[in-house]
Amino acid sequence: MAVAAPPQGASLEEQRRWEGNLEQLRGLVTERAVSGDTMLLNMGPHHPSTHGVLRLLLELDGEQIVTCLPDIGFLHTGIEKSIEDKSYEKAVPLTDRMDYLSPMSNNMAYAAAVEKLLDLDVPERGQIIRVVCLELARCASHLVWLGTHAIDMGAMSVLLYAFRERERILGMFEMLSGQRMMSSYIRPGGVWRDVPDDFLPTIKQFLNDFPYKVDDYEALLTQNPIWKDRSQGVGVVEPDVALAYGMTGPALRGSGVNWDLRKAQPYSGYETYDFNVPLGEHGDVYDRYLIRIHEFRESVKILQQAVTRLERTQGPTRSENRKYCPPLRSELGQSMEAVIHHFKLWTYGYDAPDDEIYCAIESPRGEIGCYIHGTGANKPRRVHFKTPSFMHISALPVVSKGYLLADMVAIIGSVDIVLGDCDR
Amino acid sequence: MEIPAARDPVQAARDAFGDAILHVKQFRGETTLVVATERLPELLGFFRASPGLVYNMLSDVSAVDYYPDDYGDAYDGVQSDYRPERYGVCYHILSMLYNRRLRIKAFAAAADPRLPAGTSIFPAANWLEREIADMMGIAFEDHPDPRRLLMPEDWHGHPHRRDYPLGKETVAFSFNIEDIHAHKPFAKD
Repeated sequence: MAVAAPPQGASLEEQRRWEGNLEQLRGLVTERAVSGDTMLLNMGPHHPSTHGVLRLLLELDGEQIVTCLPDIGFLHTGIEKSIEDKSYEKAVPLTDRMDYLSPMSNNMAYAAAVEKLLDLDVPERGQIIRVVCLELARCASHLVWLGTHAIDMGAMSVLLYAFRERERILGMFEMLSGQRMMSSYIRPGGVWRDVPDDFLPTIKQFLNDFPYKVDDYEALLTQNPIWKDRSQGVGVVEPDVALAYGMTGPALRGSGVNWDLRKAQPYSGYETYDFNVPLGEHGDVYDRYLIRIHEFRESVKILQQAVTRLERTQGPTRSENRKYCPPLRSELGQSMEAVIHHFKLWTYGYDAPDDEIYCAIESPRGEIGCYIHGTGANKPRRVHFKTPSFMHISALPVVSKGYLLADMVAIIGSVDIVLGDCDR
Repeated sequence: MEIPAARDPVQAARDAFGDAILHVKQFRGETTLVVATERLPELLGFFRASPGLVYNMLSDVSAVDYYPDDYGDAYDGVQSDYRPERYGVCYHILSMLYNRRLRIKAFAAAADPRLPAGTSIFPAANWLEREIADMMGIAFEDHPDPRRLLMPEDWHGHPHRRDYPLGKETVAFSFNIEDIHAHKPFAKD
């Protein structure tokens, strides 16, 4: 989208007098913009409330948004292309870096897809640990969303409270995987290793405190008249529009559509947990806020059940199918077969069928899907991630049409986009 | 309101379109329908609107490249899959009412890959098709906005093709900066 810049080496005076050429935007913006009746304004890529590097070309009639042209790709890192050059196991760290606010969900989408392609089992304890990780990731991601969304709308203090709790979750991720953010903990066949001894007391302490912290956030925002003025009736998405534009997750449930993959197409044993799916009524920014707040409480419910189960179950955390999952270190000194498997899996990897599958899970932002087409050898022919942020940004023009420029910030915050997730 | 009983998507499509359904594949519980390229939008509209099917959401559109020789005559008869041309484009559609998924796959030829756009049926396909046009180089006819999406507009080639090497952008030094700038879209007027 080249709206050209002044020529290189132009003097300040020339730059001031320079006028861009709108020919190439004809058909994308209205004719009023070409004639100069409405104004074109760039928002981003360095605008603080675009949550990364998103550029929006806005056509404004006064303060009202006429059209919005999102421009993405600033954070495109070729992850899908890079995965084609790696064996299946070695691609897991790349998936961390897509949606960098909930890497566990990306790991899970990829791992679930590979398991489906290979028809690989996951032991029960592995599934429980996965649920713990996914729900912690949901809380951590929603906390960043809450803090940044509030700061976008002028409520400065929430960010510090939200990041205080997120820090504890990242501390738990470090306990599990050695990494605070890029954990690569969930892998095809299960999880990397069992939880350390001090993990259970830490998470129990966290689960005791966290509901009260959520009450604190609500005390700051939910009944706050300024917050309500800024968010109620803003960015309304009708359910049919949300479905047509492929919106998922809290953005879809905010419009009252009861669709959560954890309930509808359960994975990792979610069907055995007792939890509710909060739904909105009006489809505005305020409803999407309320849904995520309720999701904190539902996540805590799931986590409490999962921790109880974790205490009661024993056994492996990763599949014992040695053709796909490397043997434990302790086996290497005992068994020649284990050494062979270890060597084979860490050099060549394993073959996957020359066929295609699509697997989707519910990330904090919505449906994250993974399409894998194998080659019959140890590297995939094609891996494609369908990411919720991508779909939500493509829907921004419809969601924002007719609202004020200041509301744009609220709308971007409320659909919760991550540009790494969008550009991949 | 009474919900109509679910219909078998394969049978329904065969009844309504006959020869346009080229191949049906089952793998790991997923159904893939390979359809005639030129009738793709018609089929998407059929699956979206017919009672008993109602695939109301487009989950994903993904493209796959069978380069160098996993398609056409070199491949036929070797395995059970059906791959007449080099590029395959999959539309993953989801029916929330009946809670099931379906993959509609169409093929595009290696020489001049084109497909009719599904954007008029599913608005969600807009960016997904733009991404494929950008990264895989498949042209979508009647697409409302055919600009590049992820790559810079001065980029040569389509990175997700299998014959495109996994390389890097040329690092600019004083000796090659002229060459690099020569194809950048600076303002000329």
